[in-house]
Amino acid sequence: MRIEEATILPNSVWKHRSVLDLDDFTREEVELVFHTADAMGEVLGREIKKVPTLRGKTVATLFYEASTRTRVSFELAAKSLGADISNIAAATSSVTKGETLIDTARTLQSLGIDLIIMRHSQSGAPYLVQDNVEIRLINAGDGWHAHPTQALLDLYTVMKHKGTVNGLKIAIIGDILHSRVARSDILGLSLMGASVFLCGPATMIPLTWRHSEPSAGGQNAARFRTVQRVEEALDQADVIMLLRQQMERQQAGLLPSIREYIHLYQLTLERLCLARPDAMVMHPGPVNEGVEIASNLSHCASSVIEEQVSNGVAIRMALLYLLLAGGKKD
Amino acid sequence: MVDNFDYIVLKGGRLFDPSQNLDRIGDIVLGQGKILWWGERGAIPRDITEKAPKVQIIDVTGLTLTPGFIDLHCHLREPGFEEKETIASGSRAAARGGFTTICCMPNTNPPLDSAAAVEYVYRRAAEATLIRVLPIGCITRGRKGEQLAEMAELYEAGVVGYSDDGNPVMNSSLMLHALEYSTSFGLPVVDHCEDLSLSAGGAMNEGAVANMLGLKGIPQAAEEVIVARDIVLARSVKARLHLAHVSTAGSLEIIKRARESGANITCEVTPHHLCLTEETVKGYNANAKVNPPLRTSEDVRALSEGLNAGIIDAIATDHAPHTLEDKLCEFDSAASGISGLETAFACLLSLSKGLSFQTIISALTSRPAEILRPRNGKSPLSARIPPHLGTLRIGAPADVIALDTEKSWKVDPAEFLSKGRNTPLAGMTLKGKVVATFAGGKIAYMDTGEKSKTK
Repeated sequence: MRIEEATILPNSVWKHRSVLDLDDFTREEVELVFHTADAMGEVLGREIKKVPTLRGKTVATLFYEASTRTRVSFELAAKSLGADISNIAAATSSVTKGETLIDTARTLQSLGIDLIIMRHSQSGAPYLVQDNVEIRLINAGDGWHAHPTQALLDLYTVMKHKGTVNGLKIAIIGDILHSRVARSDILGLSLMGASVFLCGPATMIPLTWRHSEPSAGGQNAARFRTVQRVEEALDQADVIMLLRQQMERQQAGLLPSIREYIHLYQLTLERLCLARPDAMVMHPGPVNEGVEIASNLSHCASSVIEEQVSNGVAIRMALLYLLLAGGKKD
Repeated sequence: MVDNFDYIVLKGGRLFDPSQNLDRIGDIVLGQGKILWWGERGAIPRDITEKAPKVQIIDVTGLTLTPGFIDLHCHLREPGFEEKETIASGSRAAARGGFTTICCMPNTNPPLDSAAAVEYVYRRAAEATLIRVLPIGCITRGRKGEQLAEMAELYEAGVVGYSDDGNPVMNSSLMLHALEYSTSFGLPVVDHCEDLSLSAGGAMNEGAVANMLGLKGIPQAAEEVIVARDIVLARSVKARLHLAHVSTAGSLEIIKRARESGANITCEVTPHHLCLTEETVKGYNANAKVNPPLRTSEDVRALSEGLNAGIIDAIATDHAPHTLEDKLCEFDSAASGISGLETAFACLLSLSKGLSFQTIISALTSRPAEILRPRNGKSPLSARIPPHLGTLRIGAPADVIALDTEKSWKVDPAEFLSKGRNTPLAGMTLKGKVVATFAGGKIAYMDTGEKSKTK
């Protein structure tokens, strides 16, 4: 069985060797990823969810930080395309003990790995690999910096429901400061023409964004504003993106209590009613039910949280395909 | 190595010395370790040269001769971190950068908190025989911020100031006592201003770039609150306070106000804080990771204005050499610091904004010399620091450098004499080169094959 050639656009627009963030993506490239993901979704809908497109290719997941859903999502994506996959759970890197990140990446390259899927607790770690080792890379999350595959699957999920991202009002609620998902989502949403409203406790909004006015920058410049009240962010919103509230932030003094967070920012039925009737509710997971979102809401009709997970596999298949099979032609 | 002669005559250079408002073409004679004479071109009195058995005449036409530079703040890493730098390699790097007097920080292992450690630095510097190395002693034992170091013993061993550089003294009461105690010796407390509770976990300046890169920011307030605190403390006990590597416009505002009301405080700024901004960090450039971090263009402007206006006294390199491995790792894990001795002059001449040549040279010569000048008549330092430093006055030490202000060169860290090749200027073409460094009348560095010719 093969992927239907006709469903895949000629990928002359695809220039990436690696995917580290969305800051160097064009609209056309994002659209290409979506078209490719559509084809992958068709494969995933079959009885036998597998094609041999990447047979003979080997990818490795190199995770310096705990993750279940992202790693499994990549693993399923690679296997569905027939690639071999090795999972490496590395202890947190330290220059003083053991192998350095660069050495590890070089070892994987020497072992014949074609692509590394990497997660790291420190922002910029995949750039260190990219600058020093000749190997294809997908960033599966680095520190507070970026999580491009999550952002692409978020965009893809919105696109599938709304037909477009352009002109939509998107509310992102919660801890923006420590969120790589938020940073990549903001880049992707702005690129695709959405109007983004940020809302959260002032201690969790980057200072530079806290008083930002709506701005129109270059093609990839973020286009968004920060608002104080969650009601203002939610008012007539098309999409509500909730961020995970890390419980340890309370100890760091950024938040008086989870109780107060719930009081000010939790998505309740009453607040959901401020948004458009067809508003979508999204969350990158794992959800703290009863914190970011009222318990009775996360499985309601508006919630696409489970769909995000299944779209994640298609998006990751698309990226693996574009990075590994797309290269065949050159 | 170039032979050293008894006398050296530098002919036809532009003599530039802010300490005596000197700017003219002339000759200068170095001998017996001192500046013996300077004046009109070709007018060297015969009785001076006749005394010398061996005279080397160097034509320095087209070059600028200034007093040797003085660096109030560098890290020589010895003892303890010889893989990063040694006193010998750091001295060679200093000479290449035009520095003839450097003050080294005590964050070594063991730290310079005892007479034995200070004497070790003096001995190693004497063995290097290149330039004048003046150690700064610790404020607290082991730089731990718990108990005062034996400051009198350090004074007698010849330290030029006290600092726990890199480890600010967070306990205000202890800092007050350090300032009080130091008044007995007339030495400044050299203050690294950083509130550790505000900077914790930070890797670069807090702002748009840190946000874009997802790095935790160090707020400007982390520096400013300690600048303010320590000015208040120093004033209350009439102590000498020298603020190291000032980096924010806000710090400068506080310092300006304090100086206007007569506070006895001095401060320094680094070449990198005068020339570079947080933008340099983009792409996770660990060679641009430094503490205090590179700030914004508004800060750079304020620092330049502050230097021109005399609110900032001196330029100091904060030369902080590191190994390749210290820098070639994840940004948060990378060591902070820039290897700066060999690029300081060119960096300032090429990349600074609105600084006159006069300002740059005085901030590297006469102004830091004034901070080093021993305040106590019978200071043990009198043996270490000659009465005239940072000047071309007759009788001053023959610390003279020859600068080519037009020469362009590409910064190639592989050519550094420092063991630390960590510089964000790598690959940049800068204008302004140190062609020769004479320290105590001896050639400490010569850029062979350049404009200067030995006759």
